[in-house]
Amino acid sequence: MLTLSKLSAMAALAIAGLSLTACEIGPKQSQQTGYRGTGIVQITDPQNVVSPGEVPPPPYALPAPSGPKASEVYQNVKVLGNISQEEFDYTMAAITQWIVPANAPVEQAGCNYCHNAENLADDSKYTKVVARRMIQMTQNINQNYTDHVKQTGVTCYTCHRGNAVPKYVWTDPTPSDGRLMGNKRGQNTPASSVAYSSLPIGTFAKYMRGKSGPARVISKTIHPTTANLQRTKDAEGNYAIMMHLSQSLGVNCTYCHNSRSFARWEQSSPQRALAWYGLQMVKATNENYIHPLTSVFPANRLGPQGDPYKANCATCHQMQRKPLGGAQMAKDYPALLTLAPGGAVSPAAAMPGMEAPAPAAGAAPTAAAAAAGN
Amino acid sequence: MASYQNIFTQVQLRGHPEMGMPHKDDSEPRIPVTAYSYWMGKLGQAQLGPLYLGKLGLASLLFGSLSIAIMGLNMLASVNWNPNRFLKEFFWLALEPPGPEWGVSVYVPLAEGGWWIIAGFFLTASILLWWARTYLRAKALGMGTHIAWAFASAIWLYLVLGIIRPFLLGSWSEAVPFGIFPHLDWTAAFSIRYGNLFYNPFHALSIAFLYGSTLLFAMHGATILAVGRYGGEREIEQIYDRGTASERAGLFWRWTMGFNATMESIHRWAWWFAVLTTLTGGIGILLTGTVVDNWYLWAQEHNFAPAYPDTGVVDPSTTFVPPSEAVIDPNQMVEDPGTPPAAPSPVEGN
Repeated sequence: MLTLSKLSAMAALAIAGLSLTACEIGPKQSQQTGYRGTGIVQITDPQNVVSPGEVPPPPYALPAPSGPKASEVYQNVKVLGNISQEEFDYTMAAITQWIVPANAPVEQAGCNYCHNAENLADDSKYTKVVARRMIQMTQNINQNYTDHVKQTGVTCYTCHRGNAVPKYVWTDPTPSDGRLMGNKRGQNTPASSVAYSSLPIGTFAKYMRGKSGPARVISKTIHPTTANLQRTKDAEGNYAIMMHLSQSLGVNCTYCHNSRSFARWEQSSPQRALAWYGLQMVKATNENYIHPLTSVFPANRLGPQGDPYKANCATCHQMQRKPLGGAQMAKDYPALLTLAPGGAVSPAAAMPGMEAPAPAAGAAPTAAAAAAGN
Repeated sequence: MASYQNIFTQVQLRGHPEMGMPHKDDSEPRIPVTAYSYWMGKLGQAQLGPLYLGKLGLASLLFGSLSIAIMGLNMLASVNWNPNRFLKEFFWLALEPPGPEWGVSVYVPLAEGGWWIIAGFFLTASILLWWARTYLRAKALGMGTHIAWAFASAIWLYLVLGIIRPFLLGSWSEAVPFGIFPHLDWTAAFSIRYGNLFYNPFHALSIAFLYGSTLLFAMHGATILAVGRYGGEREIEQIYDRGTASERAGLFWRWTMGFNATMESIHRWAWWFAVLTTLTGGIGILLTGTVVDNWYLWAQEHNFAPAYPDTGVVDPSTTFVPPSEAVIDPNQMVEDPGTPPAAPSPVEGN
């Protein structure tokens, strides 16, 4: 009998071990963040704290914004021409430190990663063309999306962290070829982006492009109407993208929502509105700044569907509620805080080597407003 | 003392196997194979067999096996017939119903959900045949048909989830996928889409009966084991000829809660609790999306859900004005707009 009890105990332990492999063992800390009795708490695991990451110091002291402008000293400066040459050099030094991998081969090290060493003004390297648009993207986020980034702002380092390509990116999923073999219907795969559930894994393309429809699946009426034709399948996609948000910030559902009614704003926390602005930001960023670079990138910088690596919540947040633990970094790089004057209004003409940007100035409000229902 | 606190069956009978009464009707003959199992006897009765398969049982097993085989082979195909990945990802794999674009058409390509329809049909056929088997075997033994009707209550919930509700909404995609995690995630998404099933009163009833079933099961099981030393497990005898086991069991509950079930009525309670679990659950699912689209709002309307203080957060989409983006200036990227940048080498900048 002793042997039997031992065997049973071992079997029970083995089964428990197998079934709990996705669980994190150890004590958790729970903090109430909402009205009592509603279960609005944040649970943290003190044994598995994710490091917010180190902020690299500026390359040297920020030069005074005086002296000749960069556009007067250098040729072919299109985006940062209005700052002083000294601040331009300072910004370039910082960007090199943030983006160029430390182990890059000599011919791609330092300035050479983007610039032709023979002629720094030359645009022959694709990385320089991309970097220009990325600087505009950073400026746009810091200037126009303060509802999300507040006064902390972002820099190239917020996403790149010393990598040429940010660590957390996404590309379009491979569509079904209608065959049975290897076809999981876009879901049913253990993936960290959906918290190891069986939810759809390709939902970034559905929710994080400029034309993405609203993620709102819950009806505003008691009884069914034609106003909401979304069904359980749509809710699965919505659930999946919400798991991405939760994972990217390292928070529970109740960081933003009162889980008794996910849809109701008047029961949600202010963080939900912050996240909503973030979704608008990431959609506009992917659509207007990253996707138009499709034809500029070489094949090895594109996903299997030929689209560039795009941003989601994890790209900046990297499992932190605030990227880099909320460190005030952008203030040291004023050139990245606002869009350069001029050049902001122009017809959406296709330019060599690039796709036409999606919305023209006149069409932008309509398209963006349609997307804003998210 | 300790010998009565038994977890496993203590007494096993050995002898000529009990073959049961002769058939009263023209049923197929039983399969007269019998055996004794010491370990099965620890949990239940040590005697195995005789079996009754019959035409219904055979057909049910056949349809059921086909259905499980279709599900398993579809899952195996979804991982490119890789047995390692099949085992590793088994809990995630699924046979998914057709997408919303197919409505409730039965002419769905096999890879797009056609196999789901076929597997579902075979599974339903298997379950219904098995139901008929439980009904007819009970009749053949001269029993009541309580088991069949309890099973029918579970089948009701199954049919609502898989066929009736999808047909009412006009889409196979509203049905449940076959798969371990996929059907659980489907359940969670279903609750979210329809405004939290927690506020569906039939769901609430179903949960009350489900939890009530487990409570009754625990109370009854514990009571009978506790009076086992007085022959309390011989419940049928105790119904007709109430002995000290029954007296003590009843007295215990009258002492502790002032009321007790009888040896017979406790089984009626348990039967109704179990049957009502799936009966009310099926009603709750049937009403979801067909009559009620948001249970939280329904519960607010009917004072079924408490109200909590507002947080004062307002939907930002009502006031959001999207900023105009920095438009790409044709002159921005290259010195000469007529000259496109040199096509980058694929190996560059890795």
